[in-house]
Amino acid sequence: MRWTSKLLIHAVLLFGALVFIVPMLWMLVTALKPIDQAMTSPPSWTPHRWVLTEGGETLTVGLDKMPNDTTPDSLVSVGCAYRWLIEIQGEPVPVRFTDGDGPGEAATLNIAVDYHIQAQIDGDWLPAKVQDPLAALAAQDPVSVVVIDADGYTYRKTVKPDQLRRTFDQSKQDLRASFGQSQAMAVPAGSLARSPIDWDDRLELAHVQVEQRQVRAGALSKHIALRWDNFPKAVSAMERFPDYLRNTLVLCVLTVIGTVISSTLVAYGFSRIDWPGRDKMFLVVLATMMIPFPVVMVPLFSMFKEFGWIGTLKPLWVPTFFAGAFNVFLLRQFFRTIPKDLSESARIDGCSEIRIFWQIILPLAKPAITVVALFQFMGTWNDFLGPLIYLTDQKDFTLALGLQFFQSQHGGTQWHYLMAASALVVLPIIVLFFFAQRTFIEGISMTGLKA
Amino acid sequence: MGGAMTRGERQNLVKGLAFISPWIIGFAVFGLYPILASLYYSFCDYDVLNKPAFIGTLNYQDMVHDSVFWKSMYNTAYFALFSIPLGMALALIIAVGLNQKIMARSVFRTAYFLPSIVPLVGVSMIWIWLFNGGGLVDHGLSWLGLPSPGWLTDEHWVKPTLVLSGVWQVGGTIVLFLAALQDVPKSLYESAQIDGASAPVQLRHITIPMISPVIYFNLVMGIIGSLQEFVRPFVMLGGPGPNRSALFYAINLYQNAFQYLNMGYACAMAWVLFVVIILLTWGVTVLSRKHVHYGGEG
Repeated sequence: MRWTSKLLIHAVLLFGALVFIVPMLWMLVTALKPIDQAMTSPPSWTPHRWVLTEGGETLTVGLDKMPNDTTPDSLVSVGCAYRWLIEIQGEPVPVRFTDGDGPGEAATLNIAVDYHIQAQIDGDWLPAKVQDPLAALAAQDPVSVVVIDADGYTYRKTVKPDQLRRTFDQSKQDLRASFGQSQAMAVPAGSLARSPIDWDDRLELAHVQVEQRQVRAGALSKHIALRWDNFPKAVSAMERFPDYLRNTLVLCVLTVIGTVISSTLVAYGFSRIDWPGRDKMFLVVLATMMIPFPVVMVPLFSMFKEFGWIGTLKPLWVPTFFAGAFNVFLLRQFFRTIPKDLSESARIDGCSEIRIFWQIILPLAKPAITVVALFQFMGTWNDFLGPLIYLTDQKDFTLALGLQFFQSQHGGTQWHYLMAASALVVLPIIVLFFFAQRTFIEGISMTGLKA
Repeated sequence: MGGAMTRGERQNLVKGLAFISPWIIGFAVFGLYPILASLYYSFCDYDVLNKPAFIGTLNYQDMVHDSVFWKSMYNTAYFALFSIPLGMALALIIAVGLNQKIMARSVFRTAYFLPSIVPLVGVSMIWIWLFNGGGLVDHGLSWLGLPSPGWLTDEHWVKPTLVLSGVWQVGGTIVLFLAALQDVPKSLYESAQIDGASAPVQLRHITIPMISPVIYFNLVMGIIGSLQEFVRPFVMLGGPGPNRSALFYAINLYQNAFQYLNMGYACAMAWVLFVVIILLTWGVTVLSRKHVHYGGEG
């Protein structure tokens, strides 16, 4: 081949490969950005932060991009975020001003602090509603409270004073929790301290104030900063993420076990034993692969409804214990390549069929079983339509369904969390691929070549 | 078979049936029964809450006059008609490129294959983000000086967007083509080169005939898959899309079954889909008899 055409092929393949990889990279980059960098124009491939260094102190400030033609001494307008704190029992508590936006000139300031009363029920501290909370906290006698649990159920309880506490709201999420209380007070101006906060945290913390400040360009520096904490934040924004993950893993384990056990047995029956009518029956197996899922979708739903399985994980794993046609087909192809003599001599030695299956065929068929198990794992992890139809309760959702649910609730705003959550669903499959690359490629080829 | 079965044969029959019994039970409960029930429901008014009431062919008659049904049929046909040839052509080009003597072949192969295993809901999220107004795709276009359409908001662009994002996942097809290409004897190309055949001529007269069984297989899989396209349009548009432009057949069927509880009508739609798939597969198979070359036939 001439070197020009060789160069051309490499260039085209490289360009194509970039196009194929860029969407996934963009997902990862977005997942590591704060939200204000997610939609900048032009797009930025490096999550970063602007740091202001002044008098030995450093602070992350808000700046879209450095204006053109700046010298170190020219002034740049940056966003600064801060809160006013008051110390209550040694704890710094953010305050809001009940008359005006800031402390102003007055000697006495009218402020309020927001807090929650929590009651300890069975070891967990739950938000609680109490009449006259401050008196209840000081009281010596048991008090009657209304608590709300993680599932949103409320009930009345009587708790001892040491099972009652007060927590001050530090974040916006704290403020949103049920049964919020606030306490107004008038304090001397000197008792408040202004505390600067990281520009990225301004959307999450309670009672944040922002201002534009003119600072020297030379005092600003840009650093690459990957927001790894977007991942835990996305997980908590999805609320039920631990449930989604547990359900998905439970389903993956059960469906892989079910598929491997049932498909190997059935494939053995279709390849290693000669019985009259076997190959005609196998044609029926092959024919069932043609049936589109929508054809059986409605009767399956009404059948599972009769069983009382709707809203449980059962419709998603029980059928895998009854051998899918595709897996039987793959395994049968493989079992047929194992020499007949192996079984024959074992039979002459008086081996039972199940022992031949277990001790001779299965160990030899490991590569094919790995392919079937891998594809089943992926199929279950990726499945969307099944969970969409059969699951009703959020706590039973799988990751795929949970991700779609999160997008339908928060899509279009929290892009960084959406991409972080998507990455958490996508990356395990990618990692799996790199561990089992050969199995993947062999498996794909197996599906096609023998068809 | 007759009654003349030897003792050994009878033993084997019992053993064989014992081994395949999971499939027999599974097929009866999760296959045969639902198929028959679905066929019956398709002639019924059925909402899962009440017993199905037989109404003859009314569901099928309704379908003929249901403009939403025809819209979903059109959308699906449009999608299949563009995404299958585009996907196969792209996969073939990439596979031919990967089959050359190139550097870092396995790295390239991984890059092209990886998107095809990404969970579909994750894929949908990525594309929502990329095609979002002012998103990365729009930036790329404006950098080239091109205007950007409303990918997921303009009814004329929704289906092209779905076709484009679907083509991204041709990795499996590429791997199949690549495996087939590697089985084409090198001697064929060598003798063609001696005869002075150009690269396009070689592609047309050697490569494509030699891998025609895989082309046929991919075509059938493509038809079955794209006629049932569900997850990406459902998640990316969050519904039927502007002016029902993303209401694909499977989504329409799903909505009828589980949102409007017209389960009888949904079953009738499913049977129409089944018949269409069978007819198309049959048609492709008949065509392929003329053009598909199986190795070893001479």
